[in-house]
Amino acid sequence: MDLRRHKNLVLILAREFASKLATPMFVTDADGNLVFFNEPAEVILGRSFTEAGEMPAAEWASLFQVEDVGGGPIDLGQMPAGIAFTQREPAHGSIVIRGLNGVRRTISVTAFPLFAHTAEFVGVVAIFWEEKGS
Amino acid sequence: MRIRIWGCRGSLAAPGRETVRYGGNTSCVEIRKGETVLVLDAGTGIRPLGHELEDNGTRVIHLLLTHLHLDHVEGLGFFRPVWHPETELHVWGPPSPVRRLEERIARYLSPPLFPVHLSDIPARLVFHDAPEGEWEIDGIRVRSGPVSHPGPTIGYRLSANGGTFAYIPDHEPVLGADLADLPVDWISGHDLADGANILFHDGQYTEEEYPLKIGWGHSSVAHAVTFARRAEVDRLIVFHHDPLHTDEQLDGLGRRAAELWNGNGSEPPALAYEGMELEL
Repeated sequence: MDLRRHKNLVLILAREFASKLATPMFVTDADGNLVFFNEPAEVILGRSFTEAGEMPAAEWASLFQVEDVGGGPIDLGQMPAGIAFTQREPAHGSIVIRGLNGVRRTISVTAFPLFAHTAEFVGVVAIFWEEKGS
Repeated sequence: MRIRIWGCRGSLAAPGRETVRYGGNTSCVEIRKGETVLVLDAGTGIRPLGHELEDNGTRVIHLLLTHLHLDHVEGLGFFRPVWHPETELHVWGPPSPVRRLEERIARYLSPPLFPVHLSDIPARLVFHDAPEGEWEIDGIRVRSGPVSHPGPTIGYRLSANGGTFAYIPDHEPVLGADLADLPVDWISGHDLADGANILFHDGQYTEEEYPLKIGWGHSSVAHAVTFARRAEVDRLIVFHHDPLHTDEQLDGLGRRAAELWNGNGSEPPALAYEGMELEL
């Protein structure tokens, strides 16, 4: 899938913000495609963005194995990033993620939709960090 | 399309003996295709353009604003055609999530900043939010898109008869990014400039000045050259000269741009000057 169309300015600025941030952060476009995650996120996701590259929503949602905090399955639409994407609302929650390096972590995620104008949805930002003692 | 520069100074008008060759008027560029007149930005350069349009009896004009910083709108009240009731002026500008374009322009064109209120201008003014995408004005394909500069700001790409002109006068694409290495789909404004025959691009600062102005929304001449190279444009015209730069200093910037271009036979960059005309 060719995702390399020109990015909305808001995504460009979000990427630059993420690249300067010590907190893990990833960015999707308006179609839910993962278009960037920063270096701190690589620790949790278990792969560098250079290696992973951009990927469609279905691919990244299945690639990173995610469970609810009780160990049960969780749909993309129930995850904070999924809520921000499908409902266009900010969301916060805890989930368990097994990174591509096999390490399992409980993380808190805050996600919010990005609007370039009043109604133009351009993507989602999710900021996340490992919960203490996870 | 014929392109004529009426003002290429950035930030503040800078008349005087030391700026007479490049000119002191702020941003204004006239585009003509047959009888169609497009005006890019309403800096102080729009005042003398207005005299010419009024003398020619031009009654339909499209004004394309990149943003509403004062140096891009301050000439509007002195644009003679707006004082003629038969003029139809279409004003295109960047959309804002908060206020309509007309309301935002009226904040300047009203007391106490201006003696006359926008609503008292006799010409027929029609305000349009520039769509993020492509539209057509009398045979000229126009595309606009947001670019990196403080506040809602857009650049324009105009195409007609197989030629393309890109206009991004206020732009800091390098903000937090490495222009030389970044994939082009992540470079602000790249889609507007991509493969253009002529690009007018911000090059306000020297490389030495830029580190003191990071985040102010402008480029160094080196950024302008790198951006133009990444966009593979045929010809770069460096625009939006710093009001503190004299003609002599701008000559130096022009030499630096040519040196950085190091151009494989292609036409080297030039610095914009008032009265400069280009054909597409």
